[in-house]
Amino acid sequence: MKFTKDWLNDHLKTKKSEQQIIEKLNGIGLEVEKVEPIKNELSDFIVAKIIKTNKHPNADRLKLCDVDIGGKATIKVVCGAPNAQDGLVTIYAPPGSIIPKNGMKLEVSKIRGETSYGMLCSESELKLSNESEGIIELSKKFNHSIGKQYFKNKNNSNVIELSITPNRPDCLGIRGIARDLFASGYGELKEIKDIKFKKTLKHYLKVKIEKNKNQACSIFGSCLIKNIKNKESPSWLKERILALGLRPISAVVDITNYVMFDLNRPLHAYDLDKIKNSITIRNSKNGEILKALDNKTYTLKENMCVIADDEGPLGLGGIIGGIRSGTELDTKNVLIESAYFDPGITRKTAKLLEINSDAKFRFERGIDPQSVKDGLLMAVKLIVEICGGEVSNFDIQETIKYKKKIIKFDPKLVSKTIGIDVKEKNITNILNKLGFETKKKNKIIEIKIPLWRPDIYGEIDLVEEIIRILGFEKVKSIEPEKVRTKPTLNFYQKHFHLAQRSVASKGYYETITWSFSDERFNDKFKEDFETIRIINPISSELGVLRNSLYPNLIYYMEKNLNRGFGDQSLFEIGPVFTGNKPGDQITVVCGIKKKLYDEEDFKREDHLDVFEIKKDLIQTLVELGIDKNEILVEDKSPSYYHPGISGSILSKDGKYLFGYFGQIHPKITLESYGFEIFLENLVNFKNHNKKNKESLILSDYQKSNRDFAFLVNKDTKSQLLVDAIKTIDKSLIKNIKIFDVYEGKNIPSDKKSIAIKVTIQSDTKTLDENDLSEVSNRIIKSVEEQTGAKLRS
Amino acid sequence: MSEFEKNISEYKEKINNSKDLKELLSISSEIFGKNGIINLEFKKMSSLSADEKKIFAANINKAKKELSDIYKEKNSEILDKDIIEKIKKEKIDITLPEKEFKIGKVHPVSQVIDEISCIFSEIGFSVEEGPDVENEYNNFTALNTPENHPAKDMHDTFYLDKDMKTLLRTHTSPVQVRTMIKGKPPFKIIAPGRTYRSDSDQTHTPMFHQLEGLHIDKDINMGHLKGCLNYFIKEFFEVDKIKMRFRPSHFPFTEPSAEVDIGYRLENNKIIIGEGDKWLEILGCGMVHPNVLKNCKVDPSKFQGFAFGIGIDRLAMLKYGINDLRSFFECDYRWLNYYGFDPLDVPTNYRGLSR
Repeated sequence: MKFTKDWLNDHLKTKKSEQQIIEKLNGIGLEVEKVEPIKNELSDFIVAKIIKTNKHPNADRLKLCDVDIGGKATIKVVCGAPNAQDGLVTIYAPPGSIIPKNGMKLEVSKIRGETSYGMLCSESELKLSNESEGIIELSKKFNHSIGKQYFKNKNNSNVIELSITPNRPDCLGIRGIARDLFASGYGELKEIKDIKFKKTLKHYLKVKIEKNKNQACSIFGSCLIKNIKNKESPSWLKERILALGLRPISAVVDITNYVMFDLNRPLHAYDLDKIKNSITIRNSKNGEILKALDNKTYTLKENMCVIADDEGPLGLGGIIGGIRSGTELDTKNVLIESAYFDPGITRKTAKLLEINSDAKFRFERGIDPQSVKDGLLMAVKLIVEICGGEVSNFDIQETIKYKKKIIKFDPKLVSKTIGIDVKEKNITNILNKLGFETKKKNKIIEIKIPLWRPDIYGEIDLVEEIIRILGFEKVKSIEPEKVRTKPTLNFYQKHFHLAQRSVASKGYYETITWSFSDERFNDKFKEDFETIRIINPISSELGVLRNSLYPNLIYYMEKNLNRGFGDQSLFEIGPVFTGNKPGDQITVVCGIKKKLYDEEDFKREDHLDVFEIKKDLIQTLVELGIDKNEILVEDKSPSYYHPGISGSILSKDGKYLFGYFGQIHPKITLESYGFEIFLENLVNFKNHNKKNKESLILSDYQKSNRDFAFLVNKDTKSQLLVDAIKTIDKSLIKNIKIFDVYEGKNIPSDKKSIAIKVTIQSDTKTLDENDLSEVSNRIIKSVEEQTGAKLRS
Repeated sequence: MSEFEKNISEYKEKINNSKDLKELLSISSEIFGKNGIINLEFKKMSSLSADEKKIFAANINKAKKELSDIYKEKNSEILDKDIIEKIKKEKIDITLPEKEFKIGKVHPVSQVIDEISCIFSEIGFSVEEGPDVENEYNNFTALNTPENHPAKDMHDTFYLDKDMKTLLRTHTSPVQVRTMIKGKPPFKIIAPGRTYRSDSDQTHTPMFHQLEGLHIDKDINMGHLKGCLNYFIKEFFEVDKIKMRFRPSHFPFTEPSAEVDIGYRLENNKIIIGEGDKWLEILGCGMVHPNVLKNCKVDPSKFQGFAFGIGIDRLAMLKYGINDLRSFFECDYRWLNYYGFDPLDVPTNYRGLSR
C-alpha cells in the first residue's frame, strides 16, 4: 500500500512531519517498507553521455551509440540525430518510458537490424521546446549527473510504502491509515463532506443478484452517467495515480483507482453502451469465456461469480473486468459499479484462475460493505467534475443486511494480558477514535465493531488494538526466573547431541543438506521405501523427500572433489523419510569418507579401507553407550554398498539394527566409504537394556599370552573364532586379538590361517602351567568344534 | 693379601677400564657368573667351621657388594655415553610439518541450536520436537489460520498430496499444537527444527531452521514475554546491553502479535549488535491466541501465555558474520572448515557459550 503525505493530509489534519509519521506507523503495526521519491511521468528520463558513436552497418544516416547511463556497462542506442557525437551529454529515455510528445511507450526495438535499448531525446520530444532538429545538448556541469533523473521533483516529497498485514484491509485505503494515526494522537481525522449533486437521469438498466448457492455478491450498487467527455486526467489526479505506481489511463479509470486507494473501496466502470439489456450477478457455467482487461482469456469453471449481461460475462465479480465492456477515451456513457463480494469465495476463484488484481487483493481481505454508497458518491462527483455528464439515481441491490457485531468486553483483560494497568477511560478513548462504539454495562463494556474491521472477532482482538495504539514500549519487562523443573533434553535428544559431536570429533565435517533430493539419484538409495513426491517442488532436482542421507552427501562430496578436496569426510545427522504421513521419518547419522592424495603428498600410512570406517562407526557406538560385546556384525547390507566390502551392525540378539557401513557401491561413486547409524533403534535398544556399570576388579595375578593359529575355510568369519573363545570362561579370558590372517604358500587354496593371541588371567590366583594348558586345550576344542577349524601344528 | 683379595682389586680395575657394554658384560659374568670368582670363593667355605664360615662369608659379601656397586656405576656411565653418542646423530629439521590431526567440525546451525538450548535451559525451558511432514490441521487450522485466507499466502507451502492435506511444515509452530494436545499445562518449551517454504532467492532457501518458544501458565503476560526475549537476545549475543523494539504485527496464532527488532550499527561492514540506530528484524512473537489454546484442549479462561518464532540461520549469520544464507546448505568444504565449530566446543552455561 502506497501513499504520500500530501494525500494523507486530505484525511488527517496534523502538524507532524513525514519522518514522525513514518516512525509512528511502524509503532502501531503499519510497517513502513520503503520510502522513495515520488515518481512522475518524467522520472524515467536520465542524464546520459555518448561514449562513442559508431556507423550503423545498414543505414548511412543512423549511428550506433555506446551510451553511459550511470551503470556498470554502456548500452547500445540507435540514433539518427546529426549532432550525436562522442562525449555529448544528453537525455536518455529507457524502454518503458512514455514520450511526452506523442504518449508512446518506448520498447526495445530493432532499427534496421540493430537493437536499440531506449532512445536519446530531442527537446520537442520532451515538450521542452519545438526544437526537433537533433538531440538535447546539455552543458558540461551535467557530467557529474550521469545516470541521475533530469527532471527534479518539485515538492521533494516521498512515496511511503506500507506492508499491510492481511488482517488490516481497512488500511489498504488512505482513510484507514489516517484513522489509525488519529487514534494514536497524531492529529485530527477530517470529516468526509456530504456530497450532493442533481440526479437528472433515471437508472433504467435492470440489475439483479441471482439466488445461487455460494453467491459471492450480496450488495451491488450502480449508477449511470451519460454524455460524459472522457479525457486525460488533470495533473493533480495523474500525479496521485503515478505516486501509487500505476499508469494513468483516462479520467474514468483513474478515478475508480483513486477511490479504491482513498477509501479502500474498489469500483468498476463499464461502457454503458456495450452492456446488452441488463445486468445479472450470477454463478458462472462451466466453459464460459471471459476476455479480461489483463488481455488474457479465461475459461471459467462452474460457480464463479460473474457480472453478466444477456450476452454473457462482463467481468469476474471483485476480481477483474472484461474487455468487451471496458471504457475507452471516447466512451460517452458509463455504469459505475460499487459492490460487495465475499472474501473466501473471491479468493478461491482468483486462485483457481491465478489472477491477482488490486480489487481481488482487497475483497479477499474484506471490504466494508457499507462503503458501497460512499464509493459511488465520491466517484460520481469526480467524474462529473472532470468529464461532465448527467447522473442517474443509485440502484442498490442488497441480499444481505450487514450489521455491526457486538462484543462484550471485560476491560480487566487488558492488564491481565499485557501486565500493566490501563485506565478504562483510556481504553474507551482509543477504541472510540478507531471507530468502535462503546457502551458501559456494569463491569463490562459493550463494543460495536465497525464493518471495516473484519479482523475483530473477540475480546483479545480488542486488547491488541489497545496495546498497539498505546505502544509496546509501555509493557514492563519481567525478568525470567532461573528455575528448572524438567530436564532440558530427553533421553533421545541427549543421544542426538552426543552422536553429532561424537562423529564430528572423528574428523568429519557436519553438513546440513536439503530434506529433498533428486528422484533419479534418490532411487539408488531408496531400497524398499516408497517415493515421496512433493506436488509443487521448487525444481525437479528437489522433487522428492529423501529416503537416505547418501544422495545429497555424495552429491556435495563430488562437488568438493571438483573443488580439489580429495581427502574429505562429511556427515549429516537428520531426517530420512519413510512415508508421506507425519511421523514417517527416522533420524540417521550418516558419514562419508574419501581419500585421494596428490602424488607429491607425503607418504601416508593412513590408507583408507573398510576397517577405518568400521572403526569410526564402532567407536561412535561405544561413545553412545553400546558395549563392543553387545553388538553383532553381519555381512548383510543394502544394495548401495559394495556387496563384498560392507556390513551391518546389530544388537547381539539381532533385534535392533544399529547401522550399516562399507564401501559405497562403485557404480554410484568410486573409492568412497560410508556408514549410517539409526538413532531411534539405538535409543530403543538402550531403553530396553538399561545396565549398571559393574564395579571394577583389577587382578594382580600374573597374566599369560597364548598364541594359536587355526586353519579354517576361506569364507569362515573370524568373528566366529573370537566368539568361540569368549564363551569359555569370561573371568579367565581377558583379551582376544586377531593378529594375522594368512592365505597362500603352505596353505591349501580353499583355506586361510587365522592367528589369535589370547590373554589369560585369573582374578583369584596365579595360573600354573597345568592351568594354562588346560585353558588352551579348551580354547582349541571350542574353536574346532564350533567353527570346523583345525589348529595348525 | 689373599688370592681372592688380589682378584677383587684386579677386577675393580677391569670394570673401571672397560670400554663398552659388551666388555663390561663379560667381566660381570667372570665375577658374578656360575663359575665366577665370587661363587668359587663361596665354594671354599665347605671345609670351614661355623664361626669361620661367618667371617669368611661376610668378607665375600662385602667384596661382592663393592664390585657390584662399581659395576652399576660403570654400567650407567657407559649407557649415558651411548645415549649421548646416539643423540648427536639424531638432529632433525623440526620445522617439517606435524602429523595431521583430524578433528571434524559442527555446523554453525547445530552450534547455535545448542547455544539457544543452553540459554533457555537456564530459565527452565525444555526441548520439544515435531515431524517435518505435517498435516494441514496442525500447521494451519489449529493455529487459527482460516481456510481460504490471505494469511496463508505468507507461507508458500510445499504439499505432498493433491488435496493439500499433508505438507512440509512451514514453521515450527505445529510443535506447539502437538505439545499442548499430548500434555497438560503449564508448558514451557522451545522447539528448534527444519522448516520449509517454496521460496528460493538471495535471501530465501526452500529449507531453513526455526526456533519455536511457548510458555503457558496461569498468569504469563506480555511482560514475561518481553523479559524472556530480552534475556535471550542478551545472552545469545553475549552483550551486556541490548536495544530492542517491539512492533505490532499480525500472526493468526497470536494476539496481540509483535515483531521484534534489535538495534545495531555497522562498523567496517560488520554488524555490531546492541548499539547504534539501525534496526534489524529478528523474530515474531505474541500472546497465544485463545482459539489456539481451545484447539489444543487448554482452557483459555484459566491459562494464557506467549509464543515466539525465530529464524535460527539468521541468528547464526548475525552472530558469526556469515553473509549468505544459501551457503549454509552448499556444503563447501572450505566454508564448513571456516565457519564450523570444534566438536569439543560445547556451549555450557558455566563456561560460557562461545570461546
